[in-house]
Amino acid sequence: MIITDGSTAILLAIGIPAFVTLVIAALSSRPNLRDAASVVAAIATFLVVLDLLGMVNAGQTPSVSLFEVMPGLVISFSIEPLGMIFALVASGLWIPAAIYSIGYMRAENERHLTRFNICYALAISAALGIAFSANLFTLFIFYEVLTVSTYPLVAHKQTDEARRGARTYLAILMTTSILFLLTAIIWTWSATGTLDFRPGGFIAGQVDPALVPVLLALFAFGIGKAALMPFHRWLPSAMVAPTPVSALLHAVAVVKAGVFTMLKVGVYVFGVDFLSQTDASQWLVWLASASILIASIIALTKDDLKARLAYSTVSQLSYITLGMALATQMGIVGGAMHIVTHAVGKITLFMCAGAIYVATHKKKVSELDGLGREMPFTFAAFGIASFSIIGLPPFAGAWSKMYLMLGAANTGQLAIIAVLLVSSLLNIAYLMPIVARGFFAPAPVAAHSLGAAAADDGKRWREAPLLCVLPLCLTALLCLLAIFAISPLYDFLLHVPILPETYP
Amino acid sequence: MIDLIAKNLPALQVVIPLMAAPVCAIFNRSRLAWLIAFVVAIASFAMSVALLGQTLDGGIISYHLGGWAPPIGIEYRVDVLNAFVLLIVSGIAVVTLPYAAKSVAQEIPREKQGFFYTAFLLCLTGLLGVTITGDAFNVFVFLEISSLSTYALVATGAERNRRALTAAYNYLIMGTVGATFFVIGLGLLYMATGTLNMADLAHQITLRGDTRMLHMGFAFVLVGIGLKLAMFPLHLWLPNAYTFAPSAVSVFISATSTKVAVYVLLRFMFGIFGFDYAYQQSTLQYVLLPLALLAMFAASLVAVFQTDLKRMLAYSSIAQVGYMLLGTAFMTQTGVMATVIHLFNHAVTKATLFMVAGAFVYSVGSSKISELKGLGRIMPWTSAAFVVGGLSLIGIPLTVGFVSKWYLVQAALELGWWPVAAAIVLSSLIAIAYVWRIVEMLYLHSPSPDTKAKEAPLSMLVPMWILAAATVYFGTHAALTSAAASRAASTLISTSNIIWQ
Repeated sequence: MIITDGSTAILLAIGIPAFVTLVIAALSSRPNLRDAASVVAAIATFLVVLDLLGMVNAGQTPSVSLFEVMPGLVISFSIEPLGMIFALVASGLWIPAAIYSIGYMRAENERHLTRFNICYALAISAALGIAFSANLFTLFIFYEVLTVSTYPLVAHKQTDEARRGARTYLAILMTTSILFLLTAIIWTWSATGTLDFRPGGFIAGQVDPALVPVLLALFAFGIGKAALMPFHRWLPSAMVAPTPVSALLHAVAVVKAGVFTMLKVGVYVFGVDFLSQTDASQWLVWLASASILIASIIALTKDDLKARLAYSTVSQLSYITLGMALATQMGIVGGAMHIVTHAVGKITLFMCAGAIYVATHKKKVSELDGLGREMPFTFAAFGIASFSIIGLPPFAGAWSKMYLMLGAANTGQLAIIAVLLVSSLLNIAYLMPIVARGFFAPAPVAAHSLGAAAADDGKRWREAPLLCVLPLCLTALLCLLAIFAISPLYDFLLHVPILPETYP
Repeated sequence: MIDLIAKNLPALQVVIPLMAAPVCAIFNRSRLAWLIAFVVAIASFAMSVALLGQTLDGGIISYHLGGWAPPIGIEYRVDVLNAFVLLIVSGIAVVTLPYAAKSVAQEIPREKQGFFYTAFLLCLTGLLGVTITGDAFNVFVFLEISSLSTYALVATGAERNRRALTAAYNYLIMGTVGATFFVIGLGLLYMATGTLNMADLAHQITLRGDTRMLHMGFAFVLVGIGLKLAMFPLHLWLPNAYTFAPSAVSVFISATSTKVAVYVLLRFMFGIFGFDYAYQQSTLQYVLLPLALLAMFAASLVAVFQTDLKRMLAYSSIAQVGYMLLGTAFMTQTGVMATVIHLFNHAVTKATLFMVAGAFVYSVGSSKISELKGLGRIMPWTSAAFVVGGLSLIGIPLTVGFVSKWYLVQAALELGWWPVAAAIVLSSLIAIAYVWRIVEMLYLHSPSPDTKAKEAPLSMLVPMWILAAATVYFGTHAALTSAAASRAASTLISTSNIIWQ
């Protein structure tokens, strides 16, 4: 494309969403232009990231250093395959999310839209900063920026409930990041004298082997955004936010930033080979497995649609943590691929939940009877995304799950394969009833009269506004079409380094 | 002329504000007094920059007052450590004065404003004098100049709230007790060594060896300074004094006076008694370290439950002093460096926050937390400055608070003191609780419909944002401050090693 210089492209990718906040602020009195600015920025950012992908495919390693914060600690960016994938997800899904936000927020007559758009764009900028960071220090900075910038989004409604939810959100994310992650980073720094990500890691031989699992635990729990149990409570409590924010949290930026960091730490700080030799991550395999199953079971018990989806996210995120903890190449490939497939699936599910809420103001699963016949597009999209999350071939989610199972098989841990299979069954149990109720259950009497009223208007369907439905159909389509992208994605992810570099 | 000024820079640093103070009182016209104070502050700042420039490469300026050679005469001794502290004090004075103009005009009756600036300049003189002098008794004299003028400054808050008078009275009693302890300690040191010059004191102590008298002197000095720097549990004067003082005074003393006292502690402990003084080592480890940890937690927890913004910030200050003492108690290069860098970082952060509190007082008439509802929309710049300062207090990266925390934790890990490292991060989490209460109040509530509040005037916003910008700038470009702090720590350690060899 047009930009040929890697460092400019990196700065542009992070800078466009950061800069557009100023434009949004300036246009605050002209809502149409302001909202258009978000969408334009989303598209521009995605194009720049695509451009970077071209460079990476051409064998370059775009990188740039900004300035030294403290002696030896530099803000710098460098692109490797995992970061590239995460950046593609974050910037790519920002486009449908931005369009959807317009439809949803206007239909709901939400206020403070300027603040909303500014924080949204800032969050994307921070996510890209995380994706491209070349050392733990830079990553930590953007990680905290992401926490702070999403806080106003969670608290957006300014009700007591929203304030409480946002407080939990901030408290857990900030507590874990300062208490564990920062400690882990400073420990790493004082033990090794460096924080630069290095293929194959740099912990080996620098930290007492007996303490390596402890350090890993500090990282694993410190990355609160990965919602590893028992530090997952923030995710359900952030459900008070408007749905576009949930989409941002669950699919586009926040939790994905968490699991991405998890993979990045596994591959570039500890090193996959080192982890598998020392078995330092074995405990994490079991914790992640437990997290997968427990969260799925909790999801079953939730009647609130968004809460159910939130627990589903907790469970699905642990797939990715599991992929890292397995410490095999297939585990990493599966985990990274799951970032993509889960993002596409979950954003669809959330946008559907929001569309249902906009059209009918229904939040509970038990209220959805017969609604599918009135909102066929929304429910069809929900069905497709559910299949993908469950892991039904040929939908997207099937492939990442397959590689994760391969990873488990490579380490000979058949129990983990069983966990993944049971989890799929649980997914069916908590997702399918929603679709089934929508399409097959008879509509309750009250809804009938409503439906009749709608029929009187000459409308058969009661879909949400077009700007809501269009993006979710688009992402549902992506779940279907992803099968064509799996093979190139797999080849791309094979470049993630497993062994340490042999040259100094 | 220039040559003359350059040669007498250390003396001028103190003499100019001292001479200007009575001039303010004589004219006693508010505008003129303010102008004089501002010009003097700028001059002091320029001089401290020059002094830091001369000492940054490790040089030491020894200035003999009146030409009398030490140890008989008074010596002003400037190295990178006190040049750095001079810079903090005079820098804060320069940004406080423009801020003070409007807020003092509102809070203090017109006929007293001239005297207010007189007291302000005297306070500045005292703080600069304490920092620059190389004579132990001189430290006491200047400490009293700054303390007495601070009592007066706090008491001027009585126009807004009569409780300022009791606050000032309390401060007076406690401060005087502290000063008495300090001077008794000096007396004991003098009995033990026969000298009051700091460098000579250090020399004599090593010559004569350890005695019970020296123990006594050390303990008295420690308690005396402990009162001045609000070391937990000797902090009782601080919350009321900071709360009821006029806004500009809160800004200035919160950012400078405890910092200067911490400097005095560093200078006495490492410059006079030395790193390897066994009695001091055990005192630091078994007395100072637990007290510092206690302050970090207890004061932060108390801050969470305050209903007044200024009082909350005051308790947070006590906790932050705990961090500084903690860095000292490590007795390592990184630990001392963390203390010195936190002196600067906390001065900038707390001054920003007290300026915000003062702006609320100016516009709303109160710093009660419950009256801050929805001000995020009405006073966007002031509120945003609070967020910046608050994040720094928590220690979020890109702010100066993060830099301090980084070095403190690193110092703890270097020694392998895991529980202490955990305590540092844990206690900083409490800051989230008290900072976020305010942020929620500001942004997530609707303003009360009959509010008459409006954004603070530009003369308050600009200084506030200069400091807020400094919070971010030195949080992202900490190479400057950490280099100065690191050299200051090395200087202290190297002089101290010479003492005991």
